[in-house]
Amino acid sequence: MLIRRNRHAESPEREVTDPGLYLRRREFVTGAGAALVLAACGPADDPMAEAKAEATTGAGVETTPFEKATHYNNYYEFGTDKEDPSENAGQLVTRPWSVAIEGEVAKPGTIDLEDLIKPSAVEERIYRMRCVEAWSMVIPWRGVPLKDVLARLEPTSRARYVAFTTLLRPEQMPGQRRRVLEWPYREGLRMDEAMNTLPLLVTGMYGRDLPNQNGAPLRLVVPWKYGFKGIKSIVSIRLTETQPETAWNVAAPDEYGFYANVNPEVDHPRWSQKRERRIGEFSKRPTLMFNGYGDQVAALYAGMDLQKNF
Amino acid sequence: MVAACLLPLAGLAARALGVGGDLGADPIRTVTLTTGMWTLRFLLATLAVTPLRRLAGFAQLAPYRRTFGLLAFSYGSLHFLTYAVLDLWGAWDTLLEDIAKRPYITVGSTGFVMLVPLAITSTRAWIRRLGKRWVQLHRLVYVAALAGCLHFLWLVKKDVREPLLYAGILAALFAARGLVLLRPSLGLSR
Repeated sequence: MLIRRNRHAESPEREVTDPGLYLRRREFVTGAGAALVLAACGPADDPMAEAKAEATTGAGVETTPFEKATHYNNYYEFGTDKEDPSENAGQLVTRPWSVAIEGEVAKPGTIDLEDLIKPSAVEERIYRMRCVEAWSMVIPWRGVPLKDVLARLEPTSRARYVAFTTLLRPEQMPGQRRRVLEWPYREGLRMDEAMNTLPLLVTGMYGRDLPNQNGAPLRLVVPWKYGFKGIKSIVSIRLTETQPETAWNVAAPDEYGFYANVNPEVDHPRWSQKRERRIGEFSKRPTLMFNGYGDQVAALYAGMDLQKNF
Repeated sequence: MVAACLLPLAGLAARALGVGGDLGADPIRTVTLTTGMWTLRFLLATLAVTPLRRLAGFAQLAPYRRTFGLLAFSYGSLHFLTYAVLDLWGAWDTLLEDIAKRPYITVGSTGFVMLVPLAITSTRAWIRRLGKRWVQLHRLVYVAALAGCLHFLWLVKKDVREPLLYAGILAALFAARGLVLLRPSLGLSR
C-alpha cells in the first residue's frame, strides 16, 4: 500500500519544540506567578514545605525524563525486574482492542477502544505518581476523565464500585506464565472515588501513544493512590455492588489494601512510607498525604480510619 | 583472582561515569542492590571453600577463604555505606529508626556488624593470638550468611525466587559442612 506523506506541509525536524519544553509550557505560566508567591514566603530549606508548595502550585515541577519513565517500570506481566517490561513488552499486540462493559450498567456489552474514548474531550494532565515501593515520578498523561466515561455507561443505582481487569494473554505476556500474582491483574475503586475529577483513563503520555511497558493501549491513573492501583492494559470495566478483589490485596492482604491511599503516616509493614525517591533526584523527599492531592480527595475519606482502611 | 572479584565494583564505577551503560533510573538503588548481591555471593563463596576442599578435593582453594571473606566484608561495607550515607542523605537521623523498626534492615545490619570482628581478626597474627577461640569466633560467618539471606528475602516485594535460590545454596553449604564434620562417624575415608 502506498502511503503518501506531504513533505511540503511538514516542518523540518529541527524546528519541532523540544518535548521537554512543550510539556512544561503550562508550568511556565503557573511558575511565574507561584515564584512570586513563594519568594514572599518563609525559608526554602524545609523539604516538607517545598514539597507541599510544589504540589499546590506546580512550580518547580520537573517531569520525569521520558527515558526513565519508559525503562523503569513495574509491570509483572512482562517480568519482575524494573527493566523487564521495556525489554519484553514489545511483543504485545494492542490493536484491535475492545473493552467489555459489564455489571450494573444500562447497556452491558463490548466496545472498541476508539468508541470508548472518542466522545470525551482528551486532556493532558501532569500528575505525580507514587509507587508503594517509595519512589515517584511526574508524568504528563493524556486521557479522558474516568467520570465522563462512567457517566456515559449509565450506572444503575446498585453500582457502588468499579472493577477493572487487565488482559490475560500469556503467549504475549511472559510474566503471566508464572503465578507471581493471580492473573489477570484486577483493580477497583469505590464509585465516589471513580467519579472524582482526578482519575484518568489514559491512552498516551509525553504527547504520544502509551508505550506497551506503560500499559498500552488503555490504563488507569489515580494520582492520590499508590501506583499499583493504576491498572494497565484494561480489557474490562465492571460496575459492582460489592467491593471487588484486587491483585495485590489478594497477594499480600496485610501489606496492600483496597484503598492504597498515599499516606506517610501508614507504613508498609516492612518499610517506611514517610519519604520517597523522586526518580532523577539525589535526596529523598517527604511523602505527602494523598500524594499532595488532599484538597481534591480528602473529603472522600472523612471519618474513615485510614490505618485500618489502608 | 582478587582483580577479577573487583570487576563488579569496577563495573559500577564505570557505569557511574557513563561508560558501558548507566546506573539506571535510580542509581543509588542500583549500587545498593549490586553491592548487596556481591556481599552475599562472596559470603557463600567463603563458606563453599572448605566443603569443596575436603569433600571434592580442591586443595588449591584453601588460600581463597580469607580472600573471599574480606571481599564479602568490602562489598558489605560499600553496601551499608551506600544505604546509610547516600540513600539516607539528609535524613541520617532515620538510620537508627530504620534499623530498629524495619526487620530486613535489622537483620541486615546485624549480619554486617558480625563481619567486622571477622575482618579485623582475619590476619595470621590474630589467628595466633586467639588460637582455638579464633575458630569459635569465625563460626559467626554462618550467622552472617543466614542474616544476609533473610535480609534479601524480607526486602523483596513478591518474587521470592532469587532469595530462595540463595537460601537453598546456603542450606546446601550447611549440609556439606555437616557432612565434613560427621564424616569420621559415618565411616567415610579421609
